[in-house]
Amino acid sequence: MTDEEEIKELLVSIRSAYGYDFTEYAMASVKRRIHHFMNIAKFTSIRALGRALLKEESLFEQFIQEITVNVTEMFRDPSFYKSLRGHVIQRLATYPLIKIWVAGASTGEEVYSIAIFLKEEGLLERSVIYATDINQRALQIAKEGVYHLRKMKSYTSNYIKAGGQHSFSDYYVSQYDAALLDRSLRQNIVFSAHNLATDRSFNEFHFISCRNVLIYFKQQLQTRVIDLFYESLCPFGFLALGNKESLLFAEKGKHFEEVDKKERIFMKTG
Amino acid sequence: MQYEAVVVGVSAGGFAVLSRILEGLPDSFPMPVIVIQHRSKDERTLLEELLRGKCTIRIKQADEKERIQGGVVYFAPADYHLLIESDRSFSLTCDEPVNFSRPSIDLSFETAAEVYGNKLVGIILTGSNGDGAAGMKAIRQRGGLTIAQDPETAVFPRMPRAAIEIGAVQHIFTLEEIKYFLINLMHTDHA
Repeated sequence: MTDEEEIKELLVSIRSAYGYDFTEYAMASVKRRIHHFMNIAKFTSIRALGRALLKEESLFEQFIQEITVNVTEMFRDPSFYKSLRGHVIQRLATYPLIKIWVAGASTGEEVYSIAIFLKEEGLLERSVIYATDINQRALQIAKEGVYHLRKMKSYTSNYIKAGGQHSFSDYYVSQYDAALLDRSLRQNIVFSAHNLATDRSFNEFHFISCRNVLIYFKQQLQTRVIDLFYESLCPFGFLALGNKESLLFAEKGKHFEEVDKKERIFMKTG
Repeated sequence: MQYEAVVVGVSAGGFAVLSRILEGLPDSFPMPVIVIQHRSKDERTLLEELLRGKCTIRIKQADEKERIQGGVVYFAPADYHLLIESDRSFSLTCDEPVNFSRPSIDLSFETAAEVYGNKLVGIILTGSNGDGAAGMKAIRQRGGLTIAQDPETAVFPRMPRAAIEIGAVQHIFTLEEIKYFLINLMHTDHA
């Protein structure tokens, strides 16, 4: 059996044992992460890893941390936030209660960026942001809103490029090497576990942001997730994807209109 | 066909070097050329636009899930890693930078080596960090062909030198030699 076949088999048994479905994740990245995990956890074969994962739930918990991707930053792609200000915010402002879904929120950096952005537009008070992720430990970090102080320098620079209107340091207090984000930012954020590969729509939103999550999925799963977003958006609701992601292959793509081609912001039109 | 794909690693500042090689390739070049160049994350498409004006071979940025085809030069997009899937398509990730780099040359080269095995040509050009050395080694270990730009002729010799020092390089060539090597590959293919 080739390496990839063994991995496929492993993913299938994980699905039946734990309900986590990685069988439709893009293989090269999953493979690399599994091998990385085997290195740190000292497994010499995928079979041995598979046997141990099915036996020890605690090992599986560690495995999940390695397999689900948790790399994010505040105000990643500053031009995206500028585009939100130009194209999205006016329409959102017309709703008495603004409902937003950040899908694949990971450790929360983007959720807080959106919260800061809404606050500066005077809209945070009447917004509810649902921040979901498959990885519950990542969500716990998101909920705490505590990040490394050393990252704040690049976040500040992103914030300024994104057109931030205040001083970024207004939004956190530093303690030793940690930056604690302003707690008022999370008053209107609901953190909850949601698995894009297996879970259904749970509300109707005016704006869904899911940036750099679909790239990890195979095309069929991408299509299903786009369907899920379509169902979860109100008429004329907005969808934001990562700047290398598209609706090109999704059947529902024709029901969206490009609002900003470069920043990959779309509006549901039909 | 003796080889199926060419991967090229070069760091920021290698534009002139890269364009001298790519300018020589005709649009009938039968293989894909996959270029991993370190670039600023704010620079989204400038590189491709500049090269397009100078080259006859098709230049484009790699899209995720795109099928890899001959006669095209693909660039890794800024701020993403570019991986090669076994069905000969691209995928992108935002995983942590490797060697402080995203895109990382090592990562792309390693996944390309797994897919193309001994039908891969790996080329490492000028650059100022050690990214790419491990990737060149992976190509070599799977029987692929590895070429480094002669560090004596490189503005930033560290990158080709790092690959040479770990024994990952078979040929040390000048830019002209690299260019003619690629063009000759084409002729042997048609023979």
